[in-house]
Amino acid sequence: MTDKQVLLRVENLYKHFPIKKGGIFSRQTGYIHAVDGVSFDIYNGETLGLVGESGCGKSTTGRTILQLHRPTAGNVFFEGDDLSKLKGGKLRHKRRDLQMIFQDPYASLNPRMTVGQIIAEPMEIHGTYKGSAQLKRVQELLQLVGLNSAFANRYPHEFSGGQRQRIGVARALALEPKLIVCDEPISALDVSIQAQIVNLLEDLQESLGLTYLFIAHDLSMVRHISDRIAVMYLGIVVELAGRNELYTNPAHPYTQALLSAVPFPDPFVEEKRQRIILEGDVPSPANPPSGCRFRTRCRYAKEICAVEKPEFRQISEEHYVACHFSLEKK
Amino acid sequence: MAELLKVSGLETQFRTREGIVHAVNGVSFALKEGETLGIVGESGCGKSVSMMSMLGLIPNPPGKVVAGEALFEGADLLKMNNEQIRKVRGSKISVVFQDPMTSFNPVLTIGDQTAEPFRIHTGAGKKEAIERAIKYLDLVGIPNAKDRVNEYPHQFSGGMRQRVMIAMGLICEPQILIADEPTTALDVTIQAQIIELVKRLRDELGMAIIWITHDLGIIAGLADRVNVMYGGYIIETAPVKDIYSNPQHPYTIGLLGSLPRMDEMEYRRLTSIDGLPPTLLEKPSYCPFEPRCKYAVERCRKENPTLMQVEGEGHFAACWVNPKTGKEY
Repeated sequence: MTDKQVLLRVENLYKHFPIKKGGIFSRQTGYIHAVDGVSFDIYNGETLGLVGESGCGKSTTGRTILQLHRPTAGNVFFEGDDLSKLKGGKLRHKRRDLQMIFQDPYASLNPRMTVGQIIAEPMEIHGTYKGSAQLKRVQELLQLVGLNSAFANRYPHEFSGGQRQRIGVARALALEPKLIVCDEPISALDVSIQAQIVNLLEDLQESLGLTYLFIAHDLSMVRHISDRIAVMYLGIVVELAGRNELYTNPAHPYTQALLSAVPFPDPFVEEKRQRIILEGDVPSPANPPSGCRFRTRCRYAKEICAVEKPEFRQISEEHYVACHFSLEKK
Repeated sequence: MAELLKVSGLETQFRTREGIVHAVNGVSFALKEGETLGIVGESGCGKSVSMMSMLGLIPNPPGKVVAGEALFEGADLLKMNNEQIRKVRGSKISVVFQDPMTSFNPVLTIGDQTAEPFRIHTGAGKKEAIERAIKYLDLVGIPNAKDRVNEYPHQFSGGMRQRVMIAMGLICEPQILIADEPTTALDVTIQAQIIELVKRLRDELGMAIIWITHDLGIIAGLADRVNVMYGGYIIETAPVKDIYSNPQHPYTIGLLGSLPRMDEMEYRRLTSIDGLPPTLLEKPSYCPFEPRCKYAVERCRKENPTLMQVEGEGHFAACWVNPKTGKEY
């Protein structure tokens, strides 16, 4: 990328969900700290990967950016507008530029609408295409995602998982968006079908100049598709770097463990690999550890980690990390 | 090494509203003592069904094992009645299931559930069985196992439950442990914990393992031998290093090409396999992979290939075409 124009800026984003106890007279007993101070930029035309384990807040981050969840605090700037402050018609108008592809292609398509109606719905709502122009646009979109344009009259149950995900992609493209949040778009699919969808997303990015936020837990796939990768753990981004930099120079102990946990499809490499095995489980986001979030499972943890929250600092160009010791270790 | 289990010509069908689904269409393989066999394939390829058929775990109806033989200790598992197979299942051959969230009884303690197979198969008393359960829970790395036997499944995390499942599978010291996608529901760091655990236990206890998975990455570092399944058939089988360094079936080649590799510094476009897996509503009369295969020739549309010896010792593939030359063998 030569011109690095910031398309979306996330600043100190927080999303807390209340925990309620009791029936009718429910009391609020605490908060799930799903997203707890996340900041990053997405450049025009790039793919930013957001990776982390279940419950780390990666999907919530994606949904909060689109204002599907309203942030507890923080700002989301898209082309200069603060989405977190927009409401009603203005927000809806902005949403044209920001679309989403969902994880489960079986749950995200209305079974009682035809494929044509599903793809046309965004155009209907925003009034961009009507009548025969709309019909033509639906057929164009179906062809664009590699489906037969005659499929417009069929229902979702007639399609396989991979084909349904293509329909989801076509729907996301209907309003010619600039940014698409892909929330685990391939994890419900079979291995041979995953590559089809990833290749489709790459082709579309090239031909339409799209920008992606690609959320996934599969680090090898994220590394394949992304230009830069943000690693999340328990509501915060612990490390952000370019795809090769993150792999060759992981600075956060969690990233290091995550990288070493990914199995390689190569017995010769696996034979020689030394794994960093993390002890224990991820702590509850209702009551995250003090100081550094990762300290309870970290092999380098010292006293300071329990007391002081590590700053998200820059260690080289385009490489940020939230760890007290990441510089000294090298 | 002696052969522990020999399966030949296993066929299983399911009656559905759409017709008979031919889930397994003649699977044959052998498992040696202490060997780890990986079975790889996508959903619906018959990898789990073939294992469950062997152990009489296919509900009938709708499922039915229609042909085949599974010799274990000189007896055919498929010919055993319920009484006989129950003596094998859980004691000599045990299964670890995929989903640690739904495979437990929520109202029984972890200790009771772990000890249950031992009590049933040896007739041991409760106290003795619980002690043995503690020993095995300890072995699989449950901290403080002595106290935790009195807890209930909901008090355990996913990774811990999967450890308990493994303890349950091991408590009778089986000769074969069948692991049916035991890490699919888990996060990668927890998956790494479980894989290291299974490797350690295998070296300590010396049992044979059949590891069913859709992830070619997991078994690369685990298996001695790999069977790749497609459309209810084993389409390639080879020692683990051969499968990865010299795949001979177009499906295996495609599957490996569609996986991104962590260590690739340069961008490489993934090679996807076009089309969809077969529905198996008919027993394939020709190669089930033919509609998606870029090497397919006339013969592939007429005859279904069986496993044939290809380059490399113990390496078999069911394909008429040599993918290296693009010509028929």
